[in-house]
Amino acid sequence: MSQRHIVVIGNGISGTTLARHVRKRSDDTITIISSESDYFYSRPALMYVYMGHMLQENTKPYEDRFWSENRINLRRAHVNRVDTVQKVLHLDDHSTMSYDVLVIASGSHSNPGSWHGSHFEGVQGLVSLQDLSAMESNTQNCSRAVVVGGGLIGVEMVEMLRSRGIHVTYLVREFKFWSSALRSEESDIVERHIIADHGVDLHTQTELKEILGDENGRVRAVLTTKGDEIPCSFVGIAIGVKPNIAFLQESGIETGTGILVNECFETSAKDVYAIGDCAEFRTALSGRTKIEQIWYTGRMQAETLAATLTGTTSVYRPVNFFNSAKLFDIEFQVYSRNVKIPDTCRSVFWMNHHRRCAIRLFYDPQTLRFEGVTLLGVRYRHEVCDRWLREEKDIEYVLCHLSDANFDPEFFRHYENYLVEEYNAKSGKQLQLKKRSWKRIFQGIGK
Amino acid sequence: MKKIRNIGRTLFAVGLLTFVLSLSMSHFVLTEKVAYSQLNTVYTGEGKTAYEILEPQLTQLYGKKYDSRFAFIADYRKIFSDYNAPLKAAGKWEQVIHDDKLVMVVKHSGAGLLTDQLWFRLVFLLSFIGTCIGALMIIFPEYAGKPFGIHNNGIYHSPASNGGWIGIVVGTFLILFYIVLYFFPQYITNWMLLADPVRKLFSENGEADQWFLYGFIYCLAMVVMGIRMLLKYRGNRYQQVRTFSVMFFQVCFAFMIPELLSALNQPSVDLKHIWPLHYNYFEGERIESMYAFGGIGIAMFWWGVALFVIGVPLFTYLYGKRWYCSWVCGCGGLAETLGDPYRQLSDKSVKAWKIERWMIHSVLVFVVIMTVLVLIAWQTKQDTVLGISSGMLKMIYGFLIGSVFSGVVGTGFYPMMGNRVWCRFGCPLAAYLGLIQRFKSRFRITTNGGQCISCGNCSTYCEMGIDVRWYAQRGQNIVRSSCVGCGVCSSVCPRGVLKLENAPEAGRINEDPIIIGHDGIRLKMD
Repeated sequence: MSQRHIVVIGNGISGTTLARHVRKRSDDTITIISSESDYFYSRPALMYVYMGHMLQENTKPYEDRFWSENRINLRRAHVNRVDTVQKVLHLDDHSTMSYDVLVIASGSHSNPGSWHGSHFEGVQGLVSLQDLSAMESNTQNCSRAVVVGGGLIGVEMVEMLRSRGIHVTYLVREFKFWSSALRSEESDIVERHIIADHGVDLHTQTELKEILGDENGRVRAVLTTKGDEIPCSFVGIAIGVKPNIAFLQESGIETGTGILVNECFETSAKDVYAIGDCAEFRTALSGRTKIEQIWYTGRMQAETLAATLTGTTSVYRPVNFFNSAKLFDIEFQVYSRNVKIPDTCRSVFWMNHHRRCAIRLFYDPQTLRFEGVTLLGVRYRHEVCDRWLREEKDIEYVLCHLSDANFDPEFFRHYENYLVEEYNAKSGKQLQLKKRSWKRIFQGIGK
Repeated sequence: MKKIRNIGRTLFAVGLLTFVLSLSMSHFVLTEKVAYSQLNTVYTGEGKTAYEILEPQLTQLYGKKYDSRFAFIADYRKIFSDYNAPLKAAGKWEQVIHDDKLVMVVKHSGAGLLTDQLWFRLVFLLSFIGTCIGALMIIFPEYAGKPFGIHNNGIYHSPASNGGWIGIVVGTFLILFYIVLYFFPQYITNWMLLADPVRKLFSENGEADQWFLYGFIYCLAMVVMGIRMLLKYRGNRYQQVRTFSVMFFQVCFAFMIPELLSALNQPSVDLKHIWPLHYNYFEGERIESMYAFGGIGIAMFWWGVALFVIGVPLFTYLYGKRWYCSWVCGCGGLAETLGDPYRQLSDKSVKAWKIERWMIHSVLVFVVIMTVLVLIAWQTKQDTVLGISSGMLKMIYGFLIGSVFSGVVGTGFYPMMGNRVWCRFGCPLAAYLGLIQRFKSRFRITTNGGQCISCGNCSTYCEMGIDVRWYAQRGQNIVRSSCVGCGVCSSVCPRGVLKLENAPEAGRINEDPIIIGHDGIRLKMD
């Protein structure tokens, strides 16, 4: 294959993963363009910089010299326009760059919503480095803040603000916190933790109605749909993210909410691909969403496309879903067949009396097939859970072998037995929990 | 809560200040009694004691009051140097009298406030007890009533923990402390006086020298900061058990058992101190003195040999080097407790890793050569082996590695370079344990499939400067010789990615990991 110029727009997890894997398998010239930062950094780590856990420097997964050593050119610029006919990019410094293959991994930005007053100073979302420094300056001398949106970015913003002793009123539209991923008991655990342990003023089933400003154009309060006026000098908007596609308007590349792609990430334009947060599948893959805005999916999409670009045409076939998060001090993990575990699934549930740990195993009530597991405050082994899902084990097999899945540090209490007891009590069965077996855990690994 | 902390801060500051000022709370008068009791036991080449030879000159000092410790020491030393100068010029080295008893002479010549019972008690209470209680009053409110998670909030905002000016002040204090302790103990005899009552708990006739003082302060620091560790990681049983373990081994094995043994006229040995960290383990004089105790001395000597021949490889095979470095070792124990606030300051670059490998293995080679030469010298009764003076080599090692590196640099630079500078760049035992851990062990840190988000908490808080994220984000297990298994990477991971594990060797090192998640392709990662 002759040397091509592969240009990647965006240096997030998708763009950099793609560049690394293409470099691994080809000699093409690779350029990554970013208007956000000089080097790839871990976006989920932004919160830790604000909270003082880490320096900006620590969020970079690779040392700066990594990129030149791997002959990946980095260009700090914003792409204003894509010309898919001439195969040329027009940059904001008035220069142009031609490409043979273009990969758009431009990510997304915070959805600002459409409230009256969202233009006031002190109102912002949190996605980029620029958002982080805005938040830093917007929260100087701030004593009261409001955060809107019951997703992961919302709860992260709340945690960030609380780490600096700022009083936070947290508005969540849903009836229960994060009800799209958590069942009712789990939502209760997290809500109690946020309210009682971390002193957050949580309002569920409450939406933002209007943002009020002062004469200097700074936010001074918000109005909620319940009619309350809450004084504050900072408003965090975390109602979701939107693909960054504004620069494609005149390019002729077909877009919907995101850049429309097929399962090979081909856009409507020749030699132009899109991956990550900015890509939208024309038809959703089974059990998945049309736009996948998760760290791991960005990485996996990039790995798939990199294979295609280097001669192994590949389609994106994510199998079992997994994800994790940390909600203040409570870790969350999920391993499941589909992004959304169907409501028809039955579950075996247990939580400890401190209400810090909870395990829920899902299964199909007819076939007893294991459908997934959600965990709060307990860690499970990805490989083992994934294998059970692939091999379509039934819930009883899973319960008996549950010790294999535990991934908590040594000396931690083990709770697997309680789930077996719970299931036995309900079903009248006499299942016995087996001891952990390295042989079972490591089957197929290291061969 | 704020009030308690502020009282604690005041108490801590007053205590520390009292401790430092206590050094100047004496004037000095040499008495005949002190000169006789100290110097009449020092024999010179002629079979006379130093006291007998120097009596005429010493007499002139008797009763003379010195307000300055420096002047006293200078005049006292002048007696020796005046006597020794002509002997040295004439090359009569065997007749030269060394002022070995300097520290004790200075200590017992001290008079003034500290000889007053009431003052002594006040200074003792303030400097030892007050500082500790003050520290605990700062520590407790930080965690009491707070949620159970590990909170590293503000670590990089504070000049105490981000390598800023408070850290530099603390580091400078520690460095000065170590320099004085190792090289100029005659200037801190008042601290030894203060530690006397503690020593007397073990044996009625005992008195504190600089090493007892050091051991005592070491234990205090580890207990107070160990309690901090237990509180900080109260949601994490691995951290708690491990912290309790290092506190136990320091207080019992390094401090109390040797003191009790010596009170019982048995060999005073730290039974967990292993060669080559214990670099003079095989010194001829030491072996002879152990054997002189008969059965128990011989047993203790061979216990130490068995630890390094059998214990180290066996336990490291089973559990990794953590069984020693972060569960038992005193240096490691101090790093894990006193040093915990500084763990994030270690250098994670590949360059630092290269320097680390060169340095630590050079020290290992150095200590092996030194030990072998010293052993041969002892057996052959010739100082020079293969043209190298073993005594000189031992001295260089003791000075450069034993004192400067492990003490002054190892601890003094906690607030600037992280808490494991010695363990990472210098400790020869860590090098030995590391080689076994790397090549023949069941220990690894397992990476949990595809859950890593590259956030970097693991790398940031790795005290050994391992770039844990580099492995975690590739789905690769972490198998590194330097890993001391403190488990903090796993504790601070927000996504449950890392687990310290002892498991079968097959699959331990996965060079080309496959990240679980999609079937479209099965790529090998870089």
